Amino acid sequence: MSTLWQKDIHRGDRLFQFVLRACAIAAMVLLLFMVVNLGYRSWPAFKVFGLKFFVSSDWDPVNDQFGVVSFVYGTLVSSALALLIAVPVSVGSALCLTELAPRRISAVLGFLIEMLAAIPSVVYGLWGIFVLAPLMRETVQPFLGKYLGWIPLFSGPAYGVGMLTAGILLAIMIIPTILSISREVFFAIPRAQREAALALGATRFETLWIAVVKSSVSGLFGASVLGLARAFGETMAVTMVIGNRAEVAVSLFAPGQTMASVIANEYAEATTDIHLAALGAVGVTLFLVSWLINSTARAIVSRSERRGGAGGR
Amino acid sequence: MDDKAPRPSGGSGPSGTTFVRMIRKQTPQPRWGGRRYTRARLSLSDVKRRWVSRFGVFFLYCLTFLAVTPLLGIFIYIVNKGIPGLNRDFFVSLPKPVGETGGGMGNAIVGSGILVSLTSIIGVPWGILLGVYLSEYASSRLARWLRQCIDQLSSIPSIVIGLFAYAMIVVWTKHFSAWAGTFALLIILVPIVARTTEEILKLVPQHIREAGLALGIPRWNVTLFIVLKGVRGGVMTGVILGIARIMGETAPLIFTAFNNQYGFSGLNQPTASLPVQLYTYAISPFEEWHQQAWTGALVLVGIVLALNVISRILFKKSEVRRD
Repeated sequence: MSTLWQKDIHRGDRLFQFVLRACAIAAMVLLLFMVVNLGYRSWPAFKVFGLKFFVSSDWDPVNDQFGVVSFVYGTLVSSALALLIAVPVSVGSALCLTELAPRRISAVLGFLIEMLAAIPSVVYGLWGIFVLAPLMRETVQPFLGKYLGWIPLFSGPAYGVGMLTAGILLAIMIIPTILSISREVFFAIPRAQREAALALGATRFETLWIAVVKSSVSGLFGASVLGLARAFGETMAVTMVIGNRAEVAVSLFAPGQTMASVIANEYAEATTDIHLAALGAVGVTLFLVSWLINSTARAIVSRSERRGGAGGR
Repeated sequence: MDDKAPRPSGGSGPSGTTFVRMIRKQTPQPRWGGRRYTRARLSLSDVKRRWVSRFGVFFLYCLTFLAVTPLLGIFIYIVNKGIPGLNRDFFVSLPKPVGETGGGMGNAIVGSGILVSLTSIIGVPWGILLGVYLSEYASSRLARWLRQCIDQLSSIPSIVIGLFAYAMIVVWTKHFSAWAGTFALLIILVPIVARTTEEILKLVPQHIREAGLALGIPRWNVTLFIVLKGVRGGVMTGVILGIARIMGETAPLIFTAFNNQYGFSGLNQPTASLPVQLYTYAISPFEEWHQQAWTGALVLVGIVLALNVISRILFKKSEVRRD
């Protein structure tokens, strides 16, 4: 009698494990199939253009000429700009919120910022088109052009939309990401470290610098790289404010195009097979780059967390 | 002491009554700056350091201001711009052609609802089961590979996910459809749900599983009805956050579900969604459409933030229950 009952138990367990396994395998097979499929669809572009695809900046769907350089340039420059603005701002304010501000204010602001991180990117793009771009065209870019116009970066006509605008909008979007991770990194630092710095006679700012920032450099680096990954893959907001012109221009005022934005702009309207394949190849490039960035960031963050956790006790 | 660092320089010591109270409490308190430091005691470099510190702290406050202002500014701007267009028509009518006033985003709201609920119906159970597998059978080699896959999946830019869905579904069926959009959203939702479920299940103490097994309850029963049921609040948090995320996704939908100005006409047809409609209107040159876009943004932000707040409340509740 009892053996029969036990047999039933095992049958249920086996079934359950089978269902779980099936789900897991389905997910993995799906991922693999998708990657292979996308690679297969974009293979013609790699085959026709070969290495030229990665070194040519010529993107001309009408004459079937495709090169990815101007998009890689656009992605790199806009993300770098965004990081340049966002990292100091978000690390500084994370420092302020964890170490200086009254606890209640810091809790409220932290909550607000995390909420605002959830706003969809298309909404940021909408704001970018109607508020940021006019502001850049009428105030910021003429001002920069007047005083810093001798630097090639700030020369040329002020369109409003362009690389600089995209960079600033991206910065606004990745600030919540970097800020909340930096906050966690700072929370992980043991209090004793701060007290030690104070006891040695360091001023408040010196304490922050020596005891908090210096010992969390790798965590902050990881946070920045995660922000960079978000900026890299960001599509809608950038598409709406970058101006969408496939060229490599030195001036930050000039319109550009990123890997994500060219796909968003042209994929639904692409008609020739080679155009679709080329866009797919841009997608493959973007996929590989963001995969690389993300795994680096994750490795760095997890290493610093482990170290911080060990030192905390 | 509270968590704020006492300033080693400046400030007078505790006043008389406070001092007596401190002694009565017998708490050994350091007497910071028991005597007022005078300028004469500080060397020039100390003065400099003090001013650097003050300036640095001020600078950090400025940076905080700089980080918060645009974010709050965007939010307030959307509310301001969106409210004028917020009426019954917006939610129920179809878009009117350019030049006619009125009309709404009824098609997009229905479309978004259909896409998101279809995705949730498939994606939530799938994600939860994957999370259970990752946490309860973590040691198996398959689970380790799966974790790698899910990590990779969640790091793929959403536009590339759109490409995946296009290459899988649209190329195969030869037209844009709600199914293709659902497929794209599914790839975003499943990893989020799976990872949060896994993280939460890991918090369940091992002895709960052992207690269940010791009573002779089959393992799958223990897993589903004791372990998973005990943390359903936390799991729901992950689910709602995931839904909030796919609610606002635009990039994977523009060439999978595409758009549809005439209302929902079947799962095999192009389907409108709130974010895509918003995008279409925002890049259009027409004034009436811009107003619609702002109102759409307000509705979208409202839904997403409401979902986020709900998930927070659920999470708080579930934590209280666990204690």
